[in-house]
Parts: sequence; structure tokens; C-alpha cells
Amino acid sequence: MELLRIATAGSVDDGKSTLIGRLLYDSKAIYDDVLESAEEVSKRQSGEYFNLALLTDGLRAEREQGITIDVAYRYFSTPKRKFILADTPGHVQYTRNMVTGASTADLALIIIDARNGVVEQSRRHAVIASLLGIRHMAVCVNKMDLVNYDYGTFASIRDEFQGLLDNLNVNDARFFPISALEGDNVVTDSDRMPWYSDGPLLSYLEDFDTDRDLKERPLRLPVQYVVRPLRQEFHDYRSYAGTIADGVVRVGQEVEILPSRKVSHIAAIETPDGEAQEASAQTAVSIRLTDDFDVSRGDMISAVVDSPRTTQTFDATVCWMSDSTELRQGTMLRIKHTTRTAKAMITGLDCEIDINTLSPVSGCASLGLNDIGRVSIRTSAPLVCDDYNYNRTTGSFILIDESTNETVAAGMIGSPAFGDFSIG
Amino acid sequence: MNATIAVTSSLPDAGQLRALESESIHIIREGIAEFDRPALLFSGGKDSIVMLHLAVKAMAPAGLPIPIVHIDTGHNFPEVIEYRDNTVERLGLELVVGSVPDAIASGRIPESSDRGGSRNRLQTPVLLDTIREHDFGAMYGGARRDEERSRAKERVYSFRDEFGQWDPKNQRPELWNLFNGFIHPGQHIRVFPISNWTELDIWQYISDQNLELPSIYYAHEREVFERDGMLMAVSDFVTPGPGETVSVQSVRFRTVGDMTVTGAVPSTATTLDHVIAEIAATRTSERGASRADDRTSEAAMEDRKREGYF
Repeated sequence: MELLRIATAGSVDDGKSTLIGRLLYDSKAIYDDVLESAEEVSKRQSGEYFNLALLTDGLRAEREQGITIDVAYRYFSTPKRKFILADTPGHVQYTRNMVTGASTADLALIIIDARNGVVEQSRRHAVIASLLGIRHMAVCVNKMDLVNYDYGTFASIRDEFQGLLDNLNVNDARFFPISALEGDNVVTDSDRMPWYSDGPLLSYLEDFDTDRDLKERPLRLPVQYVVRPLRQEFHDYRSYAGTIADGVVRVGQEVEILPSRKVSHIAAIETPDGEAQEASAQTAVSIRLTDDFDVSRGDMISAVVDSPRTTQTFDATVCWMSDSTELRQGTMLRIKHTTRTAKAMITGLDCEIDINTLSPVSGCASLGLNDIGRVSIRTSAPLVCDDYNYNRTTGSFILIDESTNETVAAGMIGSPAFGDFSIG
Repeated sequence: MNATIAVTSSLPDAGQLRALESESIHIIREGIAEFDRPALLFSGGKDSIVMLHLAVKAMAPAGLPIPIVHIDTGHNFPEVIEYRDNTVERLGLELVVGSVPDAIASGRIPESSDRGGSRNRLQTPVLLDTIREHDFGAMYGGARRDEERSRAKERVYSFRDEFGQWDPKNQRPELWNLFNGFIHPGQHIRVFPISNWTELDIWQYISDQNLELPSIYYAHEREVFERDGMLMAVSDFVTPGPGETVSVQSVRFRTVGDMTVTGAVPSTATTLDHVIAEIAATRTSERGASRADDRTSEAAMEDRKREGYF
């Protein structure tokens, strides 16, 4: 089984913390001393119930204010699988944190309070997950104990949310009627909902197939670093180190170096395990070519067919993350894309997207903190890229303010999976 | 990839370790490619041993082109210093030592007034002095997010201002595998390549890669006494006070730090497999079991990190 990266968002009252607390505790990812210390603080603060959020809120300010500010990463594993969970606050003012958590996830975990049904926050979470390229969702209809484990309540929430996901082009969603507090259908089956027989959430997460079917996709290898050992026995040795972003690399394979468009062949592949005949996506490799070309950091080694685009102008969806500056037409920034850094100019701001309704906001002249919009960008150097929907690594970028060095935006090249927007 | 297949059969989740390994190597290569004068913090503990091993792989077959830095409190386990020196020699590394005793002797910082003479907090000014003196633009550290809850919130590239401070509420967003290492002069970045590893991942990887560790990680007989619920090793720096009785026990260490703050755990595990089995079964966190420095207050680690600690 592959390591599974999950993103979740929400607030204390929808039961997210209880659910995560249960997954962590039942998989023994929380140690007794950590639990005891949280219990002690909990008693001191409220004197009554055990606040599971104390386990997950890491910063002093979060515990004092009883809110989650930032992305926290949680780790748990079962005998079958290891999980990394990016846990983010769900309110609209934390959109940038949700975007951050979703950027590396394979699956989104969405929690809906059975009493309230599909609310704005659950919609927003689904939209952001879809925007960030997550095609798989586990939707937990929580607090079933408070609606008498009623099938009708579950079914109507499921059907409404499935309709939204269809519009978002999410091709795989599973729904779980659960009670995080009582433990129904979280780690073990529940006998209180005989109408449900598709197994508990954890079993699904354990068996979930990330279906990264990258085997026959064309190669993308951004060059990170040129390895040149300064030792006699490695005279004239030069290899190109990087992490395979897509596809497979094989010894003898014909490849293209971009943006120079020179063609060569793979002479040797070095993996963390030693020399290999082939290596697949996500592996950190270093490769040697049969020709002695000038290849440097920022170049891309690619398959000769279906090779990526080389361009200095493109359209993208961006999420603005700065609270001190705004994005406008003409804004100059630094762009970091794969292993290449260049200057970028915003040549057009087409529209802002309302994250709750997916409709374009009319008359938009700037993007502020947590705003998502469609922009056109020109860069000072060519980028070798794909659409984000094709590949998350070669289709993503960040924008950096040149004076403060802050990361001010996350960007995705091309149109969102759920279609293009009218230009307002 | 025959090598991968062979490893998979010996270790059920080798594929998941491979994913962590590649992610870490990617981060290490980014830092070495982009920073002026990066360096790697090396304590001789298991996490920094794994990080160094990954850094060597990241640059292979070239040698590691950056120095390793040890912040030396003077209260070391001799076994760990021996291990450090052997490693430096074996890999042909450049070693930079930031010395707490030297800083005390020169009057730069006062001797610790903490109970038990812990120099844990004194490491921070010495670390920051060392970074300034060598003008290091980035320091690789072996911190893991599962260690402690403030660390669970820390970025892989963690920005430090001119005073070496961490501002947890004002961290740069970090997306995909795109890291922002841009800094102004005097600032630096702490880079944490093994952020996503857990304690058990570290041990399984040590086993998988057959890495040598300082001997104190395995069960051995030692003179210990109990203090604040922890087993402290008797040494030149740690002596029992009134009412603390010394006995010889079979113990091992779960973390390696300053002798004055690092507790032992009772154990008979003399092999890697035994150690892994014990850790998989334990119900106490490694910091709770063996680090007095984290027991001071609920936010002890966050406070120290804000000042510039590891």
C-alpha cells in the first residue's frame, strides 16, 4: 500500500476534532502521556468534558483562543497503511490554509453535521479540494446518533452533496453515516444502522487505491541539481538529479531536454536504492545522458512524444494569500515553478471566483487575502509546464513578493476541472 | 528495480519508506541548489543520523558539499562524540562545532542556573552565534512533526528573522513541493527534510538501511537513579541528590541530547528488531519518556523555538 495523504477542514463544532481524535487514538498515534496532559489542561479550562481539540491545536494562541489557526500535520498508521493528515480550519478566512493542506493530498475528508445538512462550509471545502485536483472524497455524515440513526436524513444529504460533486467533476466519492463520538462506522462497523453495510471509514482509507496510474504516462523530470563529483575516479562524470514528476524513466529511452529541445538518451539511472534500469514517478533519481549537453537546474527532461509546453504566457487560477498586498493587473512578482524561478507580471485579471457559488464576481479589479481568481501571466523566462489538471507538479506555481520575500499566491495553470468561467 | 523488490519482501511497508525517502532527498537537493552556505545540524542522535544518510544519498556519488554543525553543550555522552568523529572521518565531512563551554568561558553567556545544570537553553545563543559567524543561509535540522505539537505546525522551510526567531503565527504558506527560500541578509531558513517521518519510520529505515547508531540506543547496564519520574544516568554532569538512590539497570536511550536532560528507559532490547518491537508497543511518547526539557511547561517547545532553538 502507498502512503495516503488526506486533507480535512472544519471547525470544532462539526465534530472534526472528535473524528480525528478517534482515528489517532484508536490507531495508537496518541501516546498516553500526551493524552493525560491534554486531559489535565481540559479539566483546568472547562472542568467538565474532555476537549479533543487540545490534542490537535499545537500553538499556544490556538489553545488560548480555542481556534485552529494553521495547517497541522498528523500522522497515524495501521498495520496496513501509513497516513498523513493535513488538518486545516474550515472558515472562509482560512481559505489559504485549506488550499495549502489540499495541495499535497490524494483524498479529501469532508464532515457534514447530520442535523444541519450541507452547509456553506462543506460546499467550500469540496470546491477547494476539487480546485486543487483532489478527485477522491470521503464524506462523513456525522452525529448520526443525534438524528436517531435515520436513513432518510443520511440519504438526502448524500444525494444533495453528490449533485454538487458531479458539477465539480469529482469522480469518486464515498459516503459514511457515522457518529465520531460513539464510534459508529469510524473504525468498526455499527449495528445501529443496519441499512448501511459498506464498511467503516478506516477500512475504506486503508484499502483506498490512489490509482496513480503513471506507468504509461510520458516522462517529466525537472532538473534540480547537477551532480559533479570532484574526484579522480569520477572524471567527466555528470548526472542530473531530480524527482520524477510524472511517468517512467528507462535506460536507453529517448528524451528531450527543454527548453533547449535537444534530444538525447538515458545512459544510466541512479535511485536511492542504487543503480536501476527504470524508475517511476515520485522517485528522487539522478540520471546520466548519452550526450554531453549543457543541462542545468530549471530545465526539464521529458518524453519526446506528448512533451510539455514551453511558454512565457499562460492563464491560471490563483489563490491570493497575502493580507498586506493585493493582486492587480500589472503586479510584478517572482514565480517559482518546478525547479525554475523567474519574474512574472500579471497581464490580466479576468475575474474573481465566488468560492461558495462558483460564479464569477463581476467588476473585480483586485484580489485580496483568500480571494480566488483567474489571471493571465507573462514570465521573464520560458516555463516548461502542463495544465494543473494533467499534472500537479508541472502545473503548479507559487508567487513571491520581491520586496518582502513572502509567498503571496498559489497558482494552477489552465482551467479548473469543473470548467472555464465566463469572463466578466 | 530489483533492489526495491528485494527490500519490499523484508519490510512490509518499504514502499511507504521509499516515498518518505524520496521526499526528503528532494527537499535536501532543493536547499543545496538554492541556498548560499547551507549547513546540516548533526547531534549524533538517530534523526540527524538518518538525515545525514539521506543528504549523502542526495548528492551521490559526489560527496556532501556542505559542513555539518554540532552544538556541543559539553555534557555529552562519550559514545555519541565518538560516533560523531568516526562519521566525520568516514564520510570526509567538514565539522563545525559551536561550543557552549567556550561561550561560557569567554563570558559570552552565563553558566546555566537551571535545575540539574541543564545547558539545553544555552544551545540557542551558541547556535545563533555559529550561524552568524559562518553566515549560514540555511540549517538542515532533523526535527519531525510527530515529535511535539508546535512542531506539527512548522513548515519544512521555516523562516528565521535577524534575531533567529520563529514566528508561528506568521509563517509562509507552503504548497506542493515548492519551497520559498528567499531571505534578506542576516535572516536564515531552517530546513526540515524529515518533517513527515514518525519515530517508527526512523527506526524502520535505520533497520532497512542497516545504519550504525551510537551504542547507547541499545540496552546496556548503567548506573541510574530516578528523578522526576525519569531514569537519569550517573555521570560527571549528573549526580544523585539527597534521597536519590543509584542502581545498576538495563536501559537504553530513546533520544540523545544533553546528559542532564536525557532520561533512559528500562529495556532489554539489544538489537534493532527488539528496539522496534518495544517502540511499536509503547504508550509513552519519546519526549515524554526521555526529555526533561519538554516537561517544563505546556508550551515549553514552542517558547524555545520562538527564541531560535532547533
